[in-house]
Amino acid sequence: MTRNVIISSTFHLIIIFITAMSLPFLTKKPIDLPPIVSVELIQIKDITSIPFAPKAKKIIEEVKKKEKLVSEQAPPKVVKKEKPDAVPLPDEKIEKVKKIEDKKQNPEKIDNKVKQVSEFEKEELFDPNNIAALIDKSKEDVGETTDKPNKISQDQDRTVDNIGLSLSEEDALKAQIFGCWSIPLGLPYNENLLVRIKLKLKPDGSVIKSEILDHARMNKPGQGFYKVLAESALRAIQLCQPLRVPTTGYERWKDLQLNFDAREMLEG
Amino acid sequence: MMIFFRYLLILIFLVPINSFALIEVDISRGNLAPLPIAVSPLSLDKESKNNLKKLLKKEDLGSEISIVVENNLKMSGLFNPLNKDSFLQKPDIAHLKPRFEDWALIKAQALITGKVTVIDEKLRVEFRLWDVLAAKEMMALAFTTVPSNWRRVGHIITDKIYERLTGEKGYFDTRIIYVAEEGPKTRRIKKLGIMDQDGFNTKYLTLGNELVLTPRFNPTNQMVTYLSYFRNLPRVYLLDIETGIQEVVGDFPGMTFAPRFSPDGKKIIMSFAKDGNSDIYTMDLENRIVERITNHPSIDTSPSYSPDGKYICFNSDRSGYQQIYIMKSDGSNVKRISFGKGLYGTPVWSPRGDLIAFTKLHKGKFYIGVMRTNGKGERLLTENFYQEAPSWSPNGRVLIFYRETKTDEKGEGFSAKLWSIDLTGYNERLVETETDASDPSWSSLLSN
Repeated sequence: MTRNVIISSTFHLIIIFITAMSLPFLTKKPIDLPPIVSVELIQIKDITSIPFAPKAKKIIEEVKKKEKLVSEQAPPKVVKKEKPDAVPLPDEKIEKVKKIEDKKQNPEKIDNKVKQVSEFEKEELFDPNNIAALIDKSKEDVGETTDKPNKISQDQDRTVDNIGLSLSEEDALKAQIFGCWSIPLGLPYNENLLVRIKLKLKPDGSVIKSEILDHARMNKPGQGFYKVLAESALRAIQLCQPLRVPTTGYERWKDLQLNFDAREMLEG
Repeated sequence: MMIFFRYLLILIFLVPINSFALIEVDISRGNLAPLPIAVSPLSLDKESKNNLKKLLKKEDLGSEISIVVENNLKMSGLFNPLNKDSFLQKPDIAHLKPRFEDWALIKAQALITGKVTVIDEKLRVEFRLWDVLAAKEMMALAFTTVPSNWRRVGHIITDKIYERLTGEKGYFDTRIIYVAEEGPKTRRIKKLGIMDQDGFNTKYLTLGNELVLTPRFNPTNQMVTYLSYFRNLPRVYLLDIETGIQEVVGDFPGMTFAPRFSPDGKKIIMSFAKDGNSDIYTMDLENRIVERITNHPSIDTSPSYSPDGKYICFNSDRSGYQQIYIMKSDGSNVKRISFGKGLYGTPVWSPRGDLIAFTKLHKGKFYIGVMRTNGKGERLLTENFYQEAPSWSPNGRVLIFYRETKTDEKGEGFSAKLWSIDLTGYNERLVETETDASDPSWSSLLSN
């Protein structure tokens, strides 16, 4: 009897000990999710846009000079210290200032300066003639951002696997199909004009298989218009392929459903 | 062992399955550009060619039928027939088995091929409609008729193709009756003219001795009702196109005008004017019983039935200005539906039943427009110096009307022409007629 009590209590003690030892371990390790840090991936180009080192040095020197010039002009004492012969003539002074101003307008060299001036000055620096250049620049920026999905690392890829297409990806696909879909204008607009087509896609966006989800409706009496609509949707897919699908994340969009709805267009 | 399987089952349920929800993309817009379609000339063997040369004095009837089809499709505004010079495959081979890659190369989305043969002096025309992108046949039909009917075969083929590709009935195998006008504006000769909807096969049904106005087709057969002057009084007449027999509808002491058939073709609805007041009446064509529908001191005219025959739209100046009203076919529940600026006239109920077409006069300009049957959604399709009398195509997609031009300072330059416009308002076309023309009325489909 006593033997049994000893064994039982020993086991109980062991269990209590293990529990006491293991619980803190569990509580000590809370799920510590790191905060989401947005990282801008910049495409590294073969040719850098940073000026060649000696040229850059020259620019920096010029900037310094300009800063010096401003500071020299500001305190009257400095002017007094200069020898009469060395004092530049008013015209020369203007020329010197002009030269620097000219350099300011050089887009290559203006970049750093713009960052230093105040908002008010920024507006003054805006050159209406330079809009085209700005637009071009913005295009380049867009180009870079659209390239970003290519650079998504495997980890990031895994995180986007479970979500749908991004707005821009969806818009690109929609815009492509809008152009291919010739809506049959004779359809009765007060009917249900929704055709759902499930697609199986290749990684390049070409269609392996297309399936009309409400296929039974095609042969129903009085639903002749549905057949016409479904065929027009299939033609649009055929005409558009390869579809403009994202370059990555094939697993998430290899099966895609397109819902063709003509009501909006036919009701006008 | 059992315990092992239990654990295994639990493990299977516990392991997260990496599943993907199906991505759905809504496509709510498309392009309204006409569908590119290739109409290959219908092939013709040597023997049939020789036979047709004897019978119709036509060198290549296959080509001519395909041109009829092509023009019809083009006029509809919904199709863009491609230039035949770009076709890579010969008509006879294409009819057996098209090389879809070749047709896709010229951007065709649909292809029409066919074959014409003459058997025992009967013309047999077969055609096939192909879906180029899906690489499959959509439809195949053959028609046999007398050779002189070849243009009609072209129209019937177009109707079938139109219905298969747009989802609504076509309107190509139809005729248009109109008032053919000749001579100077002050001494105009007006006679009844009838032609195919594409302007071919014109015939004149009256000699031009009497002034004729507002001819209207019976929706169920080839009967026409129109207005003609007898002893300087306008009277409503009935004319059977096939037999040429005509008769006066009733003998009213005053003027009868604006006649139109009921949808079943058994009644005529019209205006009857007496002592400066006009009201709407119907006459049963079987027993000639006349029934008064409206009884109001104002001018009620231009009645038109809804396709189900339950309602009538008409115009009346009972509110002080000419506006459009609807009522039940027995004359009860009169309700004004037009409330826009200007005067509204000649309302015509669409064969589809959803719209009412009208002529509107506002600030000295005439408009042809449509509105829903409750008066909402008014859309003006076309504007001009003078235009009126819209008439619906049997499928309710196109309106035909007439337009007059201004006379110059010398009193010359006046003309009246038929025009058509579809419901989008973009596809406006002149309908060619031999003479000047007004008051058109579109027949129902002849092949029904």
